[in-house]
Amino acid sequence: MKVEAKAVLTGTHFLDGDQACCEGALAAGANFAAGYPITPSTEIVERFASRIPTVGGLFLQMEDELASSIAILGAAWAGAKAFTVTSGPGFSLMMEHIGYAAMTETPCVFVDVQRGGPSTGLPTLPGQGDMMQARWGSHGDYEIIALCPNSPQECFDLMIDAFNLSEQYRTPVMFMMDECVGHMTEKVVIPAADDIKIFPRRYTSLPPGEYQPFRPGPDAIPEMVKAGEGYRIHVTGLTHDEQGYPAMDWRSQGKLVKRLVEKLRRNAGNIVRYEERNAEDAEVIVVAYGITSRVALRALQMAREEGIKAGLHRPIVVWPFPEQRIRELAERVKAFVVVEMNYGQMVYEVERCAAERARALLVPHGGGTVHEPEEILEAIREAAR
Amino acid sequence: MSEAAAAKQPINPVEPFLRADRMPHIWCPGCGIGTTVNCFARALVESKLPLDKVVVVSGIGCTGRVAGYMRLDSFHTTHGRAIPFATGLKLADPNLTVVVYSGDGDLIAIGGNHFIHAARRNVDLKVICVNNFIYGMTGGQVGPTTPVGALATTSPYGCFERPFNLPYLAESSGAVYVARWTAFHVRHVARSMVEVFNKKGFCFIEIIAPCPTLYQRRNRLGDGLDTMRYYKQKSVIKNGASTKDLELSLQGEIIVGKFVDVERPTLKQTMDLQLQQALGSRYAGWGGR
Repeated sequence: MKVEAKAVLTGTHFLDGDQACCEGALAAGANFAAGYPITPSTEIVERFASRIPTVGGLFLQMEDELASSIAILGAAWAGAKAFTVTSGPGFSLMMEHIGYAAMTETPCVFVDVQRGGPSTGLPTLPGQGDMMQARWGSHGDYEIIALCPNSPQECFDLMIDAFNLSEQYRTPVMFMMDECVGHMTEKVVIPAADDIKIFPRRYTSLPPGEYQPFRPGPDAIPEMVKAGEGYRIHVTGLTHDEQGYPAMDWRSQGKLVKRLVEKLRRNAGNIVRYEERNAEDAEVIVVAYGITSRVALRALQMAREEGIKAGLHRPIVVWPFPEQRIRELAERVKAFVVVEMNYGQMVYEVERCAAERARALLVPHGGGTVHEPEEILEAIREAAR
Repeated sequence: MSEAAAAKQPINPVEPFLRADRMPHIWCPGCGIGTTVNCFARALVESKLPLDKVVVVSGIGCTGRVAGYMRLDSFHTTHGRAIPFATGLKLADPNLTVVVYSGDGDLIAIGGNHFIHAARRNVDLKVICVNNFIYGMTGGQVGPTTPVGALATTSPYGCFERPFNLPYLAESSGAVYVARWTAFHVRHVARSMVEVFNKKGFCFIEIIAPCPTLYQRRNRLGDGLDTMRYYKQKSVIKNGASTKDLELSLQGEIIVGKFVDVERPTLKQTMDLQLQQALGSRYAGWGGR
C-alpha cells in the first residue's frame, strides 16, 4: 500500500468496511490505537499501523485484548484520541474496560467486527450476536452508545460520529460492525477535511484548585484535563465523588451512577438515529441493522410486489434504542418483523417498546452467512395476515 | 507555601506529597506499604523531578491504593492492568514520568502477562512492587509469591506451589534496572527510587513488606515490629548478585540489593529508530523525539 501522509484521504475510493473504518478513525483525528490480532477485524489495525506513522500518532500491538482495551484509556488521559479493534472473543475480554471507561468517563471507541459465536465460533464468517453484550457486557449499571454501519461508506462516516459522540458525552462508544460489512468492498467517498465536523475534547478552562474532575456541567457531563498539566487529578474505577476521590457509601453510588445513566438517557433523543424506507404507509415494519438490513431490502421489494405494505426501520444508532419511534410505529402497524443474525436480541427491545400494541416476529439466524430474502418474506406475509 | 518550602519543614517533609484530605488511610497498623510511600515521597524530594509531570498508576489491592494518596496525577485502574494503562499513558505523552505502584498479586498474578511484555519491550516505566506474599485486600489468600509452606486462607494446609523469584523474572524478561529491598531498608529503597527516576526504561523495584494482619499473624510470625527484626537479621545485601540465586523461602534468608542496572533502548527509541529508517522524513513522529 502506498503510504499517504494525510489523515483525510479526500476523494472517491474503493474500500472494504475494515479499511473504511480505519479511514474514518483517521479522519476523526484518532492518533492512538492498540489492538490484538483477531479475524475479521485485523485489517483495520493493519491499515492504521501502516498509515499512522506518517500522519502523526502511533499503533501498539499489545499482548492481549485486556491490555489493548486499557492502553487506549491511558492514552486518552494523556490527550490522545484512541480506539481499539476486535471481534467476539476479544470483545468478551474487553468488557471490564468498557465499564472502567464508562465509570471514569474516558472518551474512546471500541470496534467489534462481529463473527459467529459463542466462543471461537466462526472466526471468518458473520454474526450479530454481540448486540446485547455491547449494551450490557460490563458488570454494574451504565448506559452506552453503539453504532451499527451497514456499508463501507457508513463505516467511514459513522466512525467519525462514534469519536464525536464519545467526546461529547465522555463515554465509550461501541462500533458494531459484522464480518460482511467489514469485508464488503464498495465505493467510499471521503469529503474534504474542512467539511468534517470534529467535536473537541471538553477541556476545562478552570485553573488547578478550582477544577474538580468529576463535577458535572449543566448537561451532567464533567470537563476533562490531561495528565501532566498540574491539576493533580485522581481517577479511579471505585465509586467516587466530584473530586474523584473514592466514596464508599450508597449516597455517592446513587449520585454517580444516576448521573452516568442520566447523561445519556436525557440526551437519547439527540443520539438516536435511524433510517426508514417505505414506512409511511406500512402495515408491517421490518427492523434490521448492519448487513441484515440490506438483505431485508430485497425481501421488502418482494413483499411490495405481492401487494404487502411493508417498510424498513433500520437503527443506525442501536444503543440508545429508538424507543420513541418504535412506540409510534406500534400504534399503527400490524406487526414488526425483526431480522437479526442471532436467536433474538434486539427483538426484545422491539417487543418492549411495542408493548403488545403490535406483534414482533423474529427471523433468527445462527450466523455464518446472511438470511435468504425468502425467509424474511415468509415472516412479512405472516405479519401482514 | 510552595512545595519546596514545605518539603523543608522538619515536622513532616512528605506531607506536600500526600492528599492529606484523604487521611486516614486504609492500611493496617504495622503494614509496610506506608513505609514505602514515605520512601517514595522522599525520593521525589531528592530527585527534584517536576512533580506536575509525575504520574502514579496503580492496580487493585492494598498497594493499589497508593495512587489515591499521592498528591500527583494518579490513576487507580483495574485489577492487573496498571502496566498496560501506564504504557498507553507514557507513549501518548513521553514527557511524563510514569510510576506503576502496585502489589505482587496485582502485578505478577493477574497482571503477569503485561509485566513480562512491558519489560521485554522496555517501556519507560518505573515499576514498584510491594510484595507482602499474600492477597491482603481480599483477606489473605495464597498468591504466586507465597513461600512454600506458608498458610493462607486458600492454602489452609500450607502453600505447595513454587513462588516466583521476581528479580529473576524481571531481568529475564528484559528489565534494565532490578532491585530488591525490604521495608526495613528505607534509605536503600529511597535511593533505588531516585535512581530509577533518573533512568530510562523498564525499572523494577521489589519491596518485601509485612502484612501483619493476614500473613504474619496467620503464620505466627509476630507483628510488624517482629517482622522488621526478621528483615534486619535475615537479609543480606549482595549488590550485583545473580538474580537466579534470589529465591525466597518462609522466614529464610532474603538477599537484597541492586542486581541489574544496564542500558538498553526504550520502546519509544526503538520505535522511532525503526520508523525513521523505514520512512525517513515522512515519519511524523509523536510526542517529541
